[in-house]
Amino acid sequence: MSRLLRQPMIVGGGSILIAVILASALAPWIAGADPIKPAFGQRLQPPRGLGGAAAHPLGTDNLGRDILARLLYGGRISLVLAASAVALAAGAGVVVGLAAGVLGGRLDAFVMRLADVQLAFPVIMLAIAIVAVVGTSPAALVSVLALSGWVLYARTVRAAVLTIREADYVQAARTLGAGDLRVVAVHILPNTLAPILVLGSSQFATMVLLESGLSFLGLGLQPPQPSWGLMLAEGRDYLSNAWWLATVPGIAISLVVLGANLLGDGLRDLLDPRLRQ
Amino acid sequence: MHAYVLRRVWQSAVTLVGVSILVFVILRVIPGDPAKMLLPEGAPESAVEALNRHLGLREPLWVQYGIFLRSVVRGDFGQSFQYRSPALRVVVERVPATIQLALCAMALTVLVGVSIGIVAAVRQGSAYDYAGTVLAVLGQSLPNFWLGIMLMLLFGVTLRWLPTSGFHGWQSLVLPSVTLAAFPTALVARLTRSSLLEILGQEYIRTGRAKGLGEPRVVLRHALKNATIPLLTVLGLQIGTLLGGAVITESIFAWPGMGKLVVDAIFFRDFPVVQTILILSATIFVVINLLVDLLYTVIDPRIRYG
Repeated sequence: MSRLLRQPMIVGGGSILIAVILASALAPWIAGADPIKPAFGQRLQPPRGLGGAAAHPLGTDNLGRDILARLLYGGRISLVLAASAVALAAGAGVVVGLAAGVLGGRLDAFVMRLADVQLAFPVIMLAIAIVAVVGTSPAALVSVLALSGWVLYARTVRAAVLTIREADYVQAARTLGAGDLRVVAVHILPNTLAPILVLGSSQFATMVLLESGLSFLGLGLQPPQPSWGLMLAEGRDYLSNAWWLATVPGIAISLVVLGANLLGDGLRDLLDPRLRQ
Repeated sequence: MHAYVLRRVWQSAVTLVGVSILVFVILRVIPGDPAKMLLPEGAPESAVEALNRHLGLREPLWVQYGIFLRSVVRGDFGQSFQYRSPALRVVVERVPATIQLALCAMALTVLVGVSIGIVAAVRQGSAYDYAGTVLAVLGQSLPNFWLGIMLMLLFGVTLRWLPTSGFHGWQSLVLPSVTLAAFPTALVARLTRSSLLEILGQEYIRTGRAKGLGEPRVVLRHALKNATIPLLTVLGLQIGTLLGGAVITESIFAWPGMGKLVVDAIFFRDFPVVQTILILSATIFVVINLLVDLLYTVIDPRIRYG
């Protein structure tokens, strides 16, 4: 634990993420205004400090909705979607990777070819094609995001299985009569946890980017849902007279991505013995 | 070497067949009645039935796939109903704009990314190193759709130096290329730095310095050359990032390339065009990465004879 806290990247990245998660979770208490109901009398008010009223600290958007409220409620949706997608991708990827590594043979060959095929598509193109077919419900979005992410885990876990399988202690366990399942559960899985944690943390950043990118293009969450990507897209039309509309959600996305990237890098440095000094 | 080349070509071919199967499954099998998907909304029942028969959709699935694959190989990707001409032609017309943008972004990535990486590695721990790292972390964290909008706000709306959209001369190319290049540049800078640092600690570098070679020669000739393999690999994989990033960048800057086309096509439910772009971009990715792998054999004799 103390080693964890001596890593500036882990502490910095972790603090950013925790702050954003807390702020989003406490949205109803922090934001006084409704994130969805329009108030046409208060359209495009600037943030406080730039001539705006105290009631709307970050100003209002083109429909008079409080930007802070939309930001915080939008954070809830984006973070939950991204976290679910990472969990689903990691779960599926680990199972597939373990199966491919342990069982080998045709299954292994098939899974690895499938991974190659999927990696040949730019993630966002594949995502928008699938979204166009299955729709933009939150469940569909999570599935599309997870689908784009399982390959990383599957490849990592499979590689780990192939290396660890030959280790002396695994051979010893086998000699003592341990079956496939026991070897996987007791000896292999715990050894793959570190890389999975690192991947998951960095991938959270990718998922937030992908989800907000899809929403930005109009292929993710649909209005009037508060979503960071959607807010950015809406703000694009008001660049010349209300620049804060597009600026604020962009800062939020960048902060989360930065936090998750820092955390991922820090964890990698910490958990990879080759990089440890 | 022969075996290596053959193996890679074979793998790429298998991947491409997989690509066609995946596109077939996504656009033809999942949606229920593909003929309804392939026709504009509100098409008469008789047209749906006619197309069903024309596409062989009353046949078993593997026969349907055979028909699909045969027409794709012939270059027949169906008719775009948004443009009322062959989908392949519609897409190919947009390819040069995307390639132009991707090449500019790639050039920026290599020039800026490698330079930052070299300076950061050679002056490890200095202010340059620190600034380079901050830039790289930022480059990987700023979403490109936001970066694009902010660049537009600063250089287009506020300073009025550069055009914010469309396709008029080299000035139009600046903002989209920078937007598209930001992420891969950051990645390349970090990778160059870390591989150079590892290489600069090697014995042969010390030998080079000991025998009196100047620092530029040591770094550029001896160290950088050995860092090219990981760099090339990453650059090859970044083709995917560029093609994907083009979807968003082109949409922001109204750049008339493949990326904007695919988004427009999705909204028009122009599935023949979507299908063409998916297959074309995956093919570009696979072929370029095959070429990169073949290039290794030229650069690194260990792969050639290994």
